[in-house]
Amino acid sequence: MSSATPEPRDQQVATAVKPRPDSVSPLFGSGRPRWGERLVEWLLFLAAFISVVVTMGIVAILLWESSTFFRSVPTLEFLTGRVWAPTFEPPHFGILPLLCGTVVTTGVALLVALPIGSIVAVYMSEYAPFAVREFLKPTLELLSAIPTVVYGYFALVYVGPTLQRLFADIPGANMLSAGMVMGLMIIPYISSLSEDAMRSVPMLLREGAYALGANRLITAFKVVYPAALSGIGSAYILGISRAIGETMIVAIAAGGQPNFTLDPRQPGLTITAYIVQVSMGDLPRGSVGYQSIFAAGLLLFVFTLGFNILGYLLRKRFRESY
Amino acid sequence: MASIPELIVRLKRQDRWFAVLGLACTLVGLVTLLILLAGLIRDGHHRLFDPAFYASFPSARAARAGILSPLVGSILLAFVTILLAVPLGVAAGVYLEEYAPRNIWTTLIEINIANLAGVPSIIFGLLALGALIYGLHLDRSLLVGGITLALLILPIVIVTTREALRAIPQGIREAAYALGATKWQVVRHHLIPYSLGGIATGTIIAMSRALGESAPLMTIGALTFITFLPPPPIRSQPPFVNFQWLNSEFTAMPIQMFNWISRPQAEFSALAATAGVVLILMTLSLNAVAIILRYRLRKRIKW
Amino acid sequence: MNEPGSTPWPKENVPRENVSPPPSSSTASAGSIGAGVDANCKLVVRDLSFFYGPKQALKQINLSIPQNTVTALIGPSGCGKTTLLRCLNRMHDLYPGNRYVGEIRMYPEGINIIGRDVDPMEMRLRVGMVFQKPNPFPKSIFENVAFGLRLAGLRSSTQIEERVEKSLRSAALWDEVKDRLKESAYALSGGQQQRLCIARALAPEPGVLLFDEPTSALDPASTARIEDLVYELKDRLTIVIVTHNMQQAARVSDQTCFFYHGELIEANATSEMFEHPRQELTSRYLTGQFG
Repeated sequence: MSSATPEPRDQQVATAVKPRPDSVSPLFGSGRPRWGERLVEWLLFLAAFISVVVTMGIVAILLWESSTFFRSVPTLEFLTGRVWAPTFEPPHFGILPLLCGTVVTTGVALLVALPIGSIVAVYMSEYAPFAVREFLKPTLELLSAIPTVVYGYFALVYVGPTLQRLFADIPGANMLSAGMVMGLMIIPYISSLSEDAMRSVPMLLREGAYALGANRLITAFKVVYPAALSGIGSAYILGISRAIGETMIVAIAAGGQPNFTLDPRQPGLTITAYIVQVSMGDLPRGSVGYQSIFAAGLLLFVFTLGFNILGYLLRKRFRESY
Repeated sequence: MASIPELIVRLKRQDRWFAVLGLACTLVGLVTLLILLAGLIRDGHHRLFDPAFYASFPSARAARAGILSPLVGSILLAFVTILLAVPLGVAAGVYLEEYAPRNIWTTLIEINIANLAGVPSIIFGLLALGALIYGLHLDRSLLVGGITLALLILPIVIVTTREALRAIPQGIREAAYALGATKWQVVRHHLIPYSLGGIATGTIIAMSRALGESAPLMTIGALTFITFLPPPPIRSQPPFVNFQWLNSEFTAMPIQMFNWISRPQAEFSALAATAGVVLILMTLSLNAVAIILRYRLRKRIKW
Repeated sequence: MNEPGSTPWPKENVPRENVSPPPSSSTASAGSIGAGVDANCKLVVRDLSFFYGPKQALKQINLSIPQNTVTALIGPSGCGKTTLLRCLNRMHDLYPGNRYVGEIRMYPEGINIIGRDVDPMEMRLRVGMVFQKPNPFPKSIFENVAFGLRLAGLRSSTQIEERVEKSLRSAALWDEVKDRLKESAYALSGGQQQRLCIARALAPEPGVLLFDEPTSALDPASTARIEDLVYELKDRLTIVIVTHNMQQAARVSDQTCFFYHGELIEANATSEMFEHPRQELTSRYLTGQFG
């Protein structure tokens, strides 16, 4: 019945035929070429490569268009000037007031969103019963589904006047109200991603803490939170990046005046809001002032790029650890 | 050191407090949102059920102004966006998940997509302004707006496609290969059909984002007074279709709302609120569809 | 797009390099049992080594698999039995970094199925596979079986229907599903799903059918049905089955090959091997002293 052979040295046929070089087959690309398959693969690759083209396009456009701007405005003056007045004669292009606007509104938003988002994440991941989580999580995510222009309306029409009643003599449009509403918007970015990170921490770690008699709170903050830290960090960074890049809320509700101040009760102008302002037609096309939106955009891109890459690396590290 | 029973009581009390705090924090966002929404409806309900509001063009006189052109603009814009972003995004997702070799180039493309997902939307507007309008001398048309928004949501479509593909067990792929299928046959007959639900969910979410997006459209200069509709896409004579609408100027719901917000008069603020309600209804209903779809998919598919 | 089977499969008489005749009894080793070695071998593995990247998983395997028999591959986990099985339909080609050295000839054509000139897709049309866990496609029962037929280029719907019925009958599933062919395959029980996967693999009428621990996810009753099926199917094709269950190997197979650390330690007629293992390692494994 059987022709199987126990050991190589026993088999004469086998030892007679030495493996020939051509029988060492590389696996990919073996067999006859299938041109249709190759073509499809190329097309799919091109689609993936378009994202790279887009990034290169962004960098190229921002550098190219802002180069005209930097020919008439020294880079040092741009980066260190404290007055932003593109329509003055002579115009001043000091970016610091716009940076102040961006930093203050982002800071206020984070003061709102980081604590609330983190507590929500811990609650959802460690406390909430299944049914509650199934309902609350998608509902909370709707917060980021509201168009930002609507949030801008909220900040301008409801939050600003309310703050005016709390603090005497502040303007109705101020960075505080824009920042607070922006914070509301980014809560789900922070809570959702942090929760995902905490939930992917292995049950075993939690069991270790529970076995020592810890309660949920201690387990959550001393075991799960540190274990998920890089994932949570990437969630925070995504939130920061969103806040820096958010445009409509601050364009509508932050006041629209460049202000070299860190006081959130003042009106302010962020980098993004400035770009919108110019697009609305305050400055003539082709003027130095108009080109300044590309310089401002370049700065914005560099900031968010830094945060995005940091967030990517943290996320990657987190994925690798679990 | 506290006695064991005391300790246990304390630990339990901590847990109860935190559960209350957590629920409160979760609700604080939602309740604030509900209050703001209620305010929006209060301010904007006057014209919400007025058919003339939906059938009139924006006007300098608040009483006669409507949202016909922005509504049509938003719908056409979403259509162009989806048509461009979904094929590209799905193709890119399939490549990265199923074809791409593990090497430095693939990693670079991945980092790049992760970065692109976090680039502020207004930067996409600057890209379109510099490349399409200055560079290629295109008009501020529906096509340019659609391309801009498509590039903006491309990363979302790619990421959801990859997640949907990753959810398909390797055994399904192996079973198809073991029957002699080529890679593209596996992708076309199995992977894409099985991931369609996930892709659709992600695409709907992306579409809702595109509908509410205004900053990049403002940058390409779409903030104009539009009191006409694009030429209809269907004609009575052959060849029956007409692509002139792609070159038409447009306005969109969020832009119109911004326009009304920025006017000082109270009547326009009320119009903005009404437009806001319509806009929210559009994006929230899309999100609701996505949530239901995701829920049903999770219940149905058990690999 | 490139339907498999569009190029002719090399025929027996096509002159090819390195075609050797099927081994006959004269070339069989002294080690194999005397009873007339079958002249029609289906598969002959010669000096096969396999590498996952730098890691060698199979070392110089030599083995002949006769036509219309059941060959069981046994051994402890990580011994290379599944690796060898997956060489037989080139599943390893799906993952980068894998490398074969040596040859596996399939007869009567005599081609080296791991040669670089052989298209893995065409080859897989001739070597079916059933997996460890039932993995039906999330399609209807009918579509699951029809998929391989369509890949093989069958277009006529009456022919497809006939072949689907025939395959379901061969897999002893027809009576249970004939009224619900349009239902999702996921509506079936685990054992039924596995028989559906067998029907799916049988539909293109492969010459060889590979089973990778096909009953490890099933209950004893379903296992018995699959084993019966394996026994019936060998009249029509050649079967190679990986199993971690020695009793299963004893029940269904004609010959058994014992692997350890990537080496083929012993191969023999099943009854012979279970009663009189020639190697010390084999007897220790069979008596449960390790593994």
